[in-house]
Amino acid sequence: MSYIRPNFRHPELATNELGYSRRDYEGSLSTLCAGCGHDSISAAIIQACFENAVPPHKVAKISGIGCSSKTPTYFLNKSHGFNSVHGRMPSVATGANLANRDMIYIGVSGDGDSASIGFGQFAHVTRRNLNMLYIVENNGCYGLTKGQDSATADVGSASKKGVPNPYEPIDLCTTALQMGATFVARSFSGDKAQLVPLIKAAIAHRGFAFIDVISPCVTFNNTAKSTKGYEFIRDHMAATGKMDFVPVRQEITADYTPGFTQEITLHDGSVIHLYKQDAKLLATDRDSALRAVQEHKARGEVLTGLLYIEPDDPDFHEIQATVKKPLRDLDASDLCPGQRALEAINSNLR
Amino acid sequence: MKPTDIHHPEYFHKVVDCQYACPAHTPVPEYIRLIAQGRYDDAYMINWESNVFPGVLGRTCDRPCEPACRRGRVEEEPVAICRLKRVAADNKVKEDVAKRIPPKVAKKNGKKVALIGAGPASLTVARDLAPLGYKLHIFDAQSKGGGFMRSQIPSFRLPEEVLDEEIGYILGMGPVVQFDTYVDSLKELLEKDYDAVFVGSGAPRGRDLKNLPGRQEADANIHIGIDWLASVAFEHTAKIGKKVIVLGGGNTAMDCCRTARRLGGDDVKVIVRSPFADMKASPWEKEDAINEDIPIIDNHTPKEFVIEDGKLVGMRFEKVKAEYDENGRRSLVPTGEDLVFYPCDEVLMAIGQENAFPWVERDIGIVFDKWGMPVLNKDTFQSSNPKVFFGGDAAFGPENIITAVAHGHQAAISIDLFCRGEDPQKRPAPGVTLISQKMGVHEWSYDNQVDDDRRYKVPHAEKTLALSDRKLEVELGFDVATAFREAERCLNCDVQTVFFDARCIECDACVDICPTDCINFVDNADEENLRKSLKVPARQKDQDLYVSDTLKTGRVMVKDENVCLHCGLCAERCPTSAWDMQKFLYEVTKAAPLCNV
Repeated sequence: MSYIRPNFRHPELATNELGYSRRDYEGSLSTLCAGCGHDSISAAIIQACFENAVPPHKVAKISGIGCSSKTPTYFLNKSHGFNSVHGRMPSVATGANLANRDMIYIGVSGDGDSASIGFGQFAHVTRRNLNMLYIVENNGCYGLTKGQDSATADVGSASKKGVPNPYEPIDLCTTALQMGATFVARSFSGDKAQLVPLIKAAIAHRGFAFIDVISPCVTFNNTAKSTKGYEFIRDHMAATGKMDFVPVRQEITADYTPGFTQEITLHDGSVIHLYKQDAKLLATDRDSALRAVQEHKARGEVLTGLLYIEPDDPDFHEIQATVKKPLRDLDASDLCPGQRALEAINSNLR
Repeated sequence: MKPTDIHHPEYFHKVVDCQYACPAHTPVPEYIRLIAQGRYDDAYMINWESNVFPGVLGRTCDRPCEPACRRGRVEEEPVAICRLKRVAADNKVKEDVAKRIPPKVAKKNGKKVALIGAGPASLTVARDLAPLGYKLHIFDAQSKGGGFMRSQIPSFRLPEEVLDEEIGYILGMGPVVQFDTYVDSLKELLEKDYDAVFVGSGAPRGRDLKNLPGRQEADANIHIGIDWLASVAFEHTAKIGKKVIVLGGGNTAMDCCRTARRLGGDDVKVIVRSPFADMKASPWEKEDAINEDIPIIDNHTPKEFVIEDGKLVGMRFEKVKAEYDENGRRSLVPTGEDLVFYPCDEVLMAIGQENAFPWVERDIGIVFDKWGMPVLNKDTFQSSNPKVFFGGDAAFGPENIITAVAHGHQAAISIDLFCRGEDPQKRPAPGVTLISQKMGVHEWSYDNQVDDDRRYKVPHAEKTLALSDRKLEVELGFDVATAFREAERCLNCDVQTVFFDARCIECDACVDICPTDCINFVDNADEENLRKSLKVPARQKDQDLYVSDTLKTGRVMVKDENVCLHCGLCAERCPTSAWDMQKFLYEVTKAAPLCNV
């Protein structure tokens, strides 16, 4: 087996505004199973960061434990990273974000990490609208421990062992919607055309952006009876619509049918342009999103694409009225404003 | 696009750029791997079967393989293919190789073939036909075999013993040679009882500047380059004047100037009409000449030989500049400056070669075209007299050794078919094999790790030493350790990425892992649009696209072969073995099976 990727790249590889090529966003060679959906998600993150011209040193990758949580090693190896305790990625991300609000936080988690041991953490980081991208690489099983069903496995779905799962699944998108997430999307590792723009928009979104990516486990959960295998997802995938992410600097040139289009301006001025499959769907309406997920599920379909977005809700920093600068940029006069400031505070308390 | 037919022998052949570019289609990566393994005899025999003169070509080949080498497209420099070939020749065990050369065939087949010239083309025909029991008579005007390999290539580039050894292998297989025999009438030869005649007499006439003022008066000090080199090789000439001007910009000019430096020329200059970059000489030959303190003066057209007191004292040149019209055709336009004078004692003219067939009568059924060249069938090398075949420089004008060898192989097949009463136009198909290299789940039988090393330089003999001895070989060749490092630079382009569409689950693993973004899953389109729709658009049009049948999602797999590193990562990361690494071996079929490696 090869552990080293050759160093040669295509001589005509494109570069972004920073002068970086996709190569500058790569990581180490994956040690996951051949064909793992997680590797495609890593590739989509690389592509999205490259296209958004994200400076690699401005990104922190944080993860917990599991196959999914190994993946930050496989992308953005010039960024910061923290591989934390099982299910505790949200706590570490919250701490890091409070210390330095200028970074882009990418949390990578799995269905075990987020829907079981870290379920409470997941709920609370969502409530707080922490400014981060939270990706769940959802394969419906515990790949690192021989493929037991996870809390997101559908009723009746059977992995390699062949025993149908008897328990109700946790739908992470529904949970995120109910907990107050301000950006909720679902996608599929095998559909980069959909996933890459979603990640780009999620990075640009100010607030908590959640993407549940169904990512087949080729080793344990890619069977004919599994609802998280490549074939099942391809056959049962529905989409809210096609989405374009338009950075601030570009003009919108596409010509869309009225009624089916929805334009959403993000906090930083970039624009999400949705071309919807269903005119009734409204991406800025939480109830509409919850209903749509439910209705598709009842029909046996998996609804993917951007489900919900609220670009203007206050994020955790705004709610907490924290200082506008990263803590490391505060100098002595900021931290110790002197006798007069102290007297002003004291006189307020009299 | 339609799905690619990978079972067409030429599809994967084209992916092995070096082999495809080689006129004789030597399986380059195959022998480079053997060199890396230290199996020099085997590497030599693969070469010997394909190009007949591995030791000679490992020193002197024009190496069309190297500009084609894929390594040059992903890095800066191609693999030093030519000099690796020399490593096989230098390190083989002579006695063991000699045992593998087919022996003289005692039982003859009753057919007799005459071969005119003992150069690379004729010798190749002789080697290919000898095992079939043909009686072969070779005629050559020189006293030793090799043709222009001997008379034109100086010993400091090609030692005589290397040439003697490889000609010896062929002559040992049974052909009879009459040296010092100039064939002055093809008609007479045809009247003898030969079943076929092969003409491999080269392009023996060097161009002259007959009309330049002073040419006749200074004749004693003006020489035709190829004739002068031959007379040095056969030791009729041992010295030259101190100041020498060499006219011309090809490899013969480079050989002339470097030989002149060794025969007493202290001030040797090459003066050429064209710009330096347009010169016909190989870049490495120009470099070697410059390294021996020989200036190359470009954009100068010779105007006059200057004579004083009946003696040549120099030449006058007109300065020109190159202008190109919209079709890229070049014309050399005088700059209008004054003529330039360069002093000299002797002049060597290496300004091109011509074919000459004064010994071929025009009434023996051989049709010649308006340039005096025989009209030949391009595949069979048969002339309009069905008994007479041409090859090498005699066929289509001056080329190089490897082209002459390639001609020889094909002419031998034609002669054999003709002598057996079959149609020479029915060419045998090439021998092709495609075999999986899978050894384990993620293991291959070839070294798939891509090495980062840059091209290694071949060491040269010390300059003052080299210039003092005409026969001292300048290039010393790679030592075994360096040869291994250089061999490791080969990307194994013959180990092909073979795609089985029925097994593909479209998980994108191969797309994500491919270091050079070759693999794409896209909607099908015509070639032009497909090339544009890839992750990195496929702009190199001469490199093919490998297109699969329609997959389950309705897309197709499209692989741009251009910069594929053949690293096997796509096959390693494929969960369903939809990709496999398979070694493709393409062998040009010869008149007779020669040896088994």
